[in-house]
Amino acid sequence: MSAATAAPAAGVRPDARISPRAHLRHTGALVRRNLLWIRQDPESMFDAVLFPVVFTLLFVYVFGGSIGQSLGGGQEAYVQYIVPGLMAMMGMNMSQGVGTGFNQDFNTGVMDRFRSLPIGRGSVLFAKISVELVRMLIATAILLVVGVLVGFDVTNWPGLFAAVGLSTVFGSALMWVFLTLGVVMKNAQSVQAMGFLVLMPLQFGSSIFAPTQSMPGWLQNFTAYNPLSALADAARGLMVGGPVAHDLWMVLAWSVGMTAVMAPVAIHKFRTKT
Amino acid sequence: MTRHDERTGGAKSAVTVRGLVKHYGETRALDGIDLDVAEGTVRGVLGPNGAGKTTLVRILSTLLAPTAGHATVAGYDVVRQPRQLRRVIGLTGQYASVDEKLSGWENLYLIGRLLDLPRKEARRRSDELLERFSLTEAARRPAGAYSGGMRRRLDLAASMIGRPEVLFLDEPTTGLDPRTRNEVWDEVKRLVGEGVTVLLTTQYMEEAEQLASELTVVDRGKVIAGGGIEELKARVGGRTLRIRPADPLQLRPLAAALDELGITGLAGTTVDAERGSVLVPVLSDEQLTVVVGAVTARGITLNSLTTELPSLDEVFLSLTGHRAGVPQDALSADTSEEVVAV
Repeated sequence: MSAATAAPAAGVRPDARISPRAHLRHTGALVRRNLLWIRQDPESMFDAVLFPVVFTLLFVYVFGGSIGQSLGGGQEAYVQYIVPGLMAMMGMNMSQGVGTGFNQDFNTGVMDRFRSLPIGRGSVLFAKISVELVRMLIATAILLVVGVLVGFDVTNWPGLFAAVGLSTVFGSALMWVFLTLGVVMKNAQSVQAMGFLVLMPLQFGSSIFAPTQSMPGWLQNFTAYNPLSALADAARGLMVGGPVAHDLWMVLAWSVGMTAVMAPVAIHKFRTKT
Repeated sequence: MTRHDERTGGAKSAVTVRGLVKHYGETRALDGIDLDVAEGTVRGVLGPNGAGKTTLVRILSTLLAPTAGHATVAGYDVVRQPRQLRRVIGLTGQYASVDEKLSGWENLYLIGRLLDLPRKEARRRSDELLERFSLTEAARRPAGAYSGGMRRRLDLAASMIGRPEVLFLDEPTTGLDPRTRNEVWDEVKRLVGEGVTVLLTTQYMEEAEQLASELTVVDRGKVIAGGGIEELKARVGGRTLRIRPADPLQLRPLAAALDELGITGLAGTTVDAERGSVLVPVLSDEQLTVVVGAVTARGITLNSLTTELPSLDEVFLSLTGHRAGVPQDALSADTSEEVVAV
């Protein structure tokens, strides 16, 4: 049986490369694995389904009236404001789950098996991100449906698709950050704690939930550089009209930057984790 | 298992390890390991917890980079040719590395696809291996619902999908009950019968005795001793005769008579009342013959007469000066016996 894969003299032959097609095939097989997880454990979709429903209803009906007044309208004005904002938040929430989920995966022996197989270094990570993006798109679709039901008025349909695309790009960039945390940190709890620590100020110190004009000066400065503000404002501009260009570039720059830095780090850490 | 103390000299080496070192900060997990595993043999790596066994397996299966030294598996260098190497190995870790949320069948199919088997072939191979490891009935159930033994068997099946040349078994039966352990052993023996080279790590003396033909004893990252199992036992000294008279009342007179012979070595003659037998350590075939002659001369009817090799636990003790890491549990109670006469 060893004749077919005859062993060469040590170190003489260069290592085999993995073709792009093989990469795709491996990623596909691993995507299938992650989808089977969802089928086996449908409750894992609860967050994707419930989060947009609960947040939309909560913010529109609890805070909508009072925050809406500062927007020069009422609850109706706030619906137009918060729905794009929540869309920006979607990527954050989903990516946090990526980190904890991946970390738990690591603490079983399965990852050892994957890493001892002749597959590309990124396949496992790409598959995880692909499936999470699907979850994120489902959550976004639910958000938009609930949004329309409570009165959200899309004035620019192509813009809506652009906004969804933009938040997906940003979401995938964030997922690389959390994947890295998931690989590096010891347990799922610390990944979650870390995520919470980073995400809370980013979420609330932004223009997602309320306009920033009434915030103190130092906080306004923070929100101005917060990519989540840019994403929320860009989504608003794209879907309901308003300036877009500056925010759009800022989001893209953040996304490219985070991916360029974190994706190689995540893949490297994944391979060399002991 | 009829393999004997074959040195790797003539046969082709499936695993070659030279001066392998792995440091974690101050800790020297591996401190210069040399090891050869001849093709088609089973090499046991025996040592207590923390001896470096798992680190060794992780380096050989490319999960960990060595600090120094080098190693090849099936001729591929672990550092420079990891992808080719991964194609010819199978790994079964200390903890069953199966995806608990997937069914047994899906676990195998996934591995098949990751090993570049075409869909149809991956399906066929999954069915075949489930059948072979007696998991067909549980094929569609999630692996998380499997018993410990079923999981290990699934894990072994997953390791075999790519028809590996070299199989690494890292403590394959740790934490299993004796019955399940025997199941796993039987599977491993079958694999070995098909010509797979196996490197097995274990803390259990009995496991090494059951599965391995060659043994390397490691302790604190170093090789303490190596060679054929029988040879290692012989180095520690002699055999023990277990003599069981038909009439238990003859136990003490028999022991006294044998003591008079004055040939018994280190431990002296002892009586194992529980099993109704007298234990006599002998150092040579001549001594054995003398003992048998003395028993015959006294006209004592025997129920059985067996020779026992010293347990590997004793081997370890005399080689390293301390006991193997785990307390004696149910595992090493029975050592294999070589029947001389009944």
